[in-house]
Amino acid sequence: MLLGPALAVSAILFSIGVAGVLLRRNAIIIFMCVELMLNAVNLTFIALAQQLGPEGQVFVFFVMAVAAAEAAVGLAIIIAIYRHRQTLDLQYINLLRG
Amino acid sequence: MTQFVFWTLSGVAILGALLCITGRNPVMSALSLVLTLFALAGIYVLFDAHFIAVMQIIVYAGAIMVLFLFVIMLLNVGRPDAGSDVKGKVGKFWAGFLGAALIAEMAAMWRLLPGESFRLPAGTLAGLTAQRGAVGLIAEPLFRAYLVPFEITSVLLLAAVVGAVVLAKRKL
Repeated sequence: MLLGPALAVSAILFSIGVAGVLLRRNAIIIFMCVELMLNAVNLTFIALAQQLGPEGQVFVFFVMAVAAAEAAVGLAIIIAIYRHRQTLDLQYINLLRG
Repeated sequence: MTQFVFWTLSGVAILGALLCITGRNPVMSALSLVLTLFALAGIYVLFDAHFIAVMQIIVYAGAIMVLFLFVIMLLNVGRPDAGSDVKGKVGKFWAGFLGAALIAEMAAMWRLLPGESFRLPAGTLAGLTAQRGAVGLIAEPLFRAYLVPFEITSVLLLAAVVGAVVLAKRKL
C-alpha cells in the first residue's frame, strides 16, 4: 500500500513548487515551478486512480494536454515580453502595478 | 522491492525539484526538472499507469521541456554575468514559510485516505490492464464517458497553437 506515501511525496513536490514560485524572479523558472506543481497533482491523480478506478488516469491525460497548451502560450508571451523589455526579471515587469 | 523502488524514485524526484528551484543556471533548473519528471514516470509505472508513464516521458520530458530549453537558449538567459535571480531575505522567508505551512497542512490530512467502501479490491487495475491493455484502459473511458472533454481539448490545443504563433511573431 503506497497510497499514503505517494500522497505525501505529491504534497512535498507541490510545496517545493510553491516555494520556487515565491523564491525566484526569473519568469521561465517560475513557469517551470508551475509545471512541477501540475506534476505533483498528476501524481495524486495516479495514486488515487489505482484505488478508485482508471478515470483518474484520464484526468491526468487532460492535465497534460492543458499543460502543453499552457507551456506553448506562456513561453510565447515570455518571448514577446523579452523582446520589449530585454529582461525576464519579474521585478522589472510591473506594468499592471499602477 | 516495490517499496525500495518507490522510495528511491521519490528521493530522486524531490532532489530534482529542489535542484530545480535552487539552481542558479536556468538550463540546470530545466534539466533537474527533467530528472524529476523521469522519476515521476517511474512512480506512475508502480501505480499501474503504464500509458501515462510513457506519455509523461514523451510529452513532458520530451516535448514540453525541450520547448523550455529552446526558449532558454533562444533568449540566452542565465549568462554568468547576469547574477542570481533568487529573491532576498524577505522572499526566502515567505517561500520557506509558505512551503512549510503547505506541507504541514497536507501532513494533517495524511491519514485522510478514501474509505474502504470506495476502494477497488487490490490488484483490480493491474487485472484491467492485463485484460484491456495499457492503452485500452485509458481509451475506453476517454472515448465514451469523456468524449466531449476530449474534443474540447483538441480545440484548446488548436487555440494554443494559433495563440503561440501570433504572440511570438515579431510584429503583431
